[in-house]
Amino acid sequence: MAQNPTRLKSLANEMGISVSNSLFAAFVCLVAIQFSHCFSPLYADDAVAKPKSDAKRVNLPIQVEKIDKSMASTWADFKLRPSVIEEDTKWCRRVFLDVIGRIPTYEEFAEFAKDKSPNKRFSLVDRLINDDRYTEEYANHWSTVWTNVLIGRNGGMEDRSLTSRAGMQKYLRDCFARNKPYNDMVYELVTATGTTKPGTEGFNGATNFLAMKVNEEDGTQATAAVSRIFLGLQVQCTQCHNHPFNQWKQQKFWEFNAFFRQTRALRRFVPGTVNGDVDHAELINQDFAGEGRRPEQAEIYFQLRNGLTKVAYPVFLDGTEIGKSGYVSEVNRRDEVGKLMMSSPFLDKAIVNRMWAHFLGYGFTKPIDDLGPHNPTTQAQLFDELSSDFRASSYDLKQLIVWITMSQPYQISSKMTKDNESDDPTLGEAPKFSHFYTRQMSAEQLYQSLSVATQANRKGSLEEQQKRREDWMRQFVVAFGTDEGDETTTFNGSIPQSLMLFNGELIREAISLESGSWLHGLAQGKGNGTEKIQHLFIAGLGRRPTKKEVEVASQILVARKNEVGGMLQDMWWAILNSNEFIFNH
Amino acid sequence: MWSQFVTPTGMNRRHFMSHMAGASALLGSSLSLGHSLQVHADTLKKNRKSCVLLWMGGGPSSMDIWDLKPGTDNGGPFKPISTSGDVQICEHMPLMAKQMHHMSIIRSMSTREADHNRGRYYMHTGYVPDANVDYPSYGSVVAHELMNQRSNLDIPPFVSVGGASEGPGFLGMAWAPFGVSSNGRIRNMEMKVEQDRLAQRRIALETIENSFIGQNRGTVLEDHRKVLEKTYSVLTSAQMDAFQVEKEPEAEKEKYGKNGFGQGCLLARRLVEAGVPFVEVDLGGWDNHMDIFRTLSNDRLPTLDKAMAALVSDLDQRGLLQDTAIVWMGEFGRTPRINADAGRDHWARAWSVVVGGAGIKGGQAIGATNEDGTQVEGDPYSSEDLMASVCHALGISLETTFTSKNGRPMKIANSGKLIKGLFG
Repeated sequence: MAQNPTRLKSLANEMGISVSNSLFAAFVCLVAIQFSHCFSPLYADDAVAKPKSDAKRVNLPIQVEKIDKSMASTWADFKLRPSVIEEDTKWCRRVFLDVIGRIPTYEEFAEFAKDKSPNKRFSLVDRLINDDRYTEEYANHWSTVWTNVLIGRNGGMEDRSLTSRAGMQKYLRDCFARNKPYNDMVYELVTATGTTKPGTEGFNGATNFLAMKVNEEDGTQATAAVSRIFLGLQVQCTQCHNHPFNQWKQQKFWEFNAFFRQTRALRRFVPGTVNGDVDHAELINQDFAGEGRRPEQAEIYFQLRNGLTKVAYPVFLDGTEIGKSGYVSEVNRRDEVGKLMMSSPFLDKAIVNRMWAHFLGYGFTKPIDDLGPHNPTTQAQLFDELSSDFRASSYDLKQLIVWITMSQPYQISSKMTKDNESDDPTLGEAPKFSHFYTRQMSAEQLYQSLSVATQANRKGSLEEQQKRREDWMRQFVVAFGTDEGDETTTFNGSIPQSLMLFNGELIREAISLESGSWLHGLAQGKGNGTEKIQHLFIAGLGRRPTKKEVEVASQILVARKNEVGGMLQDMWWAILNSNEFIFNH
Repeated sequence: MWSQFVTPTGMNRRHFMSHMAGASALLGSSLSLGHSLQVHADTLKKNRKSCVLLWMGGGPSSMDIWDLKPGTDNGGPFKPISTSGDVQICEHMPLMAKQMHHMSIIRSMSTREADHNRGRYYMHTGYVPDANVDYPSYGSVVAHELMNQRSNLDIPPFVSVGGASEGPGFLGMAWAPFGVSSNGRIRNMEMKVEQDRLAQRRIALETIENSFIGQNRGTVLEDHRKVLEKTYSVLTSAQMDAFQVEKEPEAEKEKYGKNGFGQGCLLARRLVEAGVPFVEVDLGGWDNHMDIFRTLSNDRLPTLDKAMAALVSDLDQRGLLQDTAIVWMGEFGRTPRINADAGRDHWARAWSVVVGGAGIKGGQAIGATNEDGTQVEGDPYSSEDLMASVCHALGISLETTFTSKNGRPMKIANSGKLIKGLFG
């Protein structure tokens, strides 16, 4: 550090202002000493040693190599050169966000920075998926992701809803905490019977997936959701007519629909009330007489567009027929479709595509849940191989996470070069994954990040916290006004989101200086202003501030009349609102 | 050891603020300069055009509203009534009947997308969903084309009232719909810090923001910066008063209907007056697979009739209708055949939309459907044709072409053709 005083002095001159207060100059040096053991460069814009991927140093699963080889040949074909391996701290932030749904804390950054082992990246992934201290967060994160997939962001919030969002989440949390094989989870979701609400007799949280999709419109929503989510096959258009772009026929839709016709969601009312409020629902299988009123051969009818009426019995998408009886004791149709799904290769492809897109921003197809023959696939061979490998791994999601996160496309930087700038899926190109695609955090990731980084929303019981989180999330949901409950989110980088980050209650809480708050603790704690500024940047962005940023902080400190707390508040507000914070990069 | 360079001269508040002022002027310049270069007072006067899209989410049964088939199996119970134009419409639209001289019904819409998501996308963009390109919606396109003639507008140029609309696609998040609820309320508008402290925070934010943009990590980051600019405008501009629909006199509120859609249409009028080029107002609940006639006559049609008629007549009385296009549509129509639940399902092959204002000829029906409403007779029209016609009415050249970075040219409205009879 001995060379630093001169350097700092000239730096101050460079900035074109007289170095204005003692705090500033003093703490720049302090910080340099304090933090040098874990974050070597003084400023973020100093050169950083080139990070390396672990790929060649540990025995990684063979799939990592498969991905890397396939990518290398794609890049060669398109004359692209991949970006360099991402800086350690940036990659650390990325993998925390994707695997457990939040950014790392200051301490976790430091722990990763301190690790000098050549396997540090693999060790981190391993910690996040296998270490007990992350089990709960891992399970919560994936439960949140899957709840949105299965019942939407609005599921359970509808008037007189039969869905218990809490029940859905509880079931999923258990699945992910125990790393239940993916195929078992799908089978349970498709075939579940029992009640929806935790604490009721016969509770089975898996029932929440179908509870709102079976009673109305002859279960067509269940038909469409099961095939789209778990098999990547979009059959909903064929409900009314033969799909113009794919080979799925109206006949197939109703044959698949026939599997869900024994299923009902029964309303269970609040005890003690007649015609009272719905307390929860119970999903059951009951005998189905068919539309021809012949239970031994329960058929359904549908109309072609030309008005002709046709008949359908349960037939799986690959043509496999099951018994036609509508009696549950003879043929349990949902159990049958569950078993048939287990042997479908689309089961494997749908999940691999979903996970790939989760980590890399785009899937092998777009949209990810449309694997029909009409939709072009990129990297088709790799996609096939990973899918069958995933089946061979006994559907172990944690293994799949390792394959993807340790592969080169996930290890490389989001910084584009002139040799890969053209690889931009937003401009109408199929993704080639030659650099990491910068993308916005989800509303859930932002919320978790704030509550971990700043202990925002830590008041009250767990249930109260959960309730506040749901309420906060709901402000971004917009429904489309259709019977299918379609919805979208305004947490998409537009002005309402910015307004929330500027002025919203959550942000006010995150930057609060009230006694007991995180920022108050930092302001009152040991160290001086710049040291605290360093702390903020590392906690929020996983890096040190640049010279310019320290300069601005010092100016703001003056504007705040040397009150460090106020300055930290302003800087923390700026960090939380910045692109660098809100984007996963 | 560092006492040698501690120079506690201090920086006073004025000095700090002058830094701030200088910096913020610098930061603001890139945006405002771009616009001011193109603005002349006369073009401002010339193009004051706007568009209000009344979006009927779920797919309205246009053959029960605008193209009745009384006395046929498919016709349903509603009776047609005469109007101020040369067309008949549903008896449950008596107020609109008095405004039909301003509006044209296009009865020969024929499209192929009968799924909600695909239909919504197609009708909003003129393109079917594409695996590779995200196309911009109406509002984003119109805002993008007309904004350079509205340099003084601080309000986001594309406002979506009570619904989600569709996104800006490849035009980027700066052209995204600004969603507000139908009472005009915008969340999180209260700053709770003084303006100059906001300005100071803004400097800090811009510093972090710009250095990250400099790292070349994707165009989305530049979009984020543009959205921040617009957010500052939204927070500080007096024009935002246009959203205060509750300031309207009680009689006006009553005239539009005291419900979400009614107040949304009233808000749309205020926004058009303020110069917003595109406003979309959402009325959902048209996905009537069952019990359609009771739902329409008791609920949807009275709501629609009151608000739409009030909007048309109000714009007309204020002299704004000649510059304001009004478009009524949903994602598709509904099956002519009435199903077993007394409902109608999705039908895209033959259905109607309604347009008027901004120089579009009114009082007429364009095209027709056959006797049972299942087929279009004569020339069919598409989403592309409708969009081209609306753009033309708004003074946007149909030669306008967007070019993606990889050189692919994309013509506005997907090369749609003008619908014959709407103009001149």
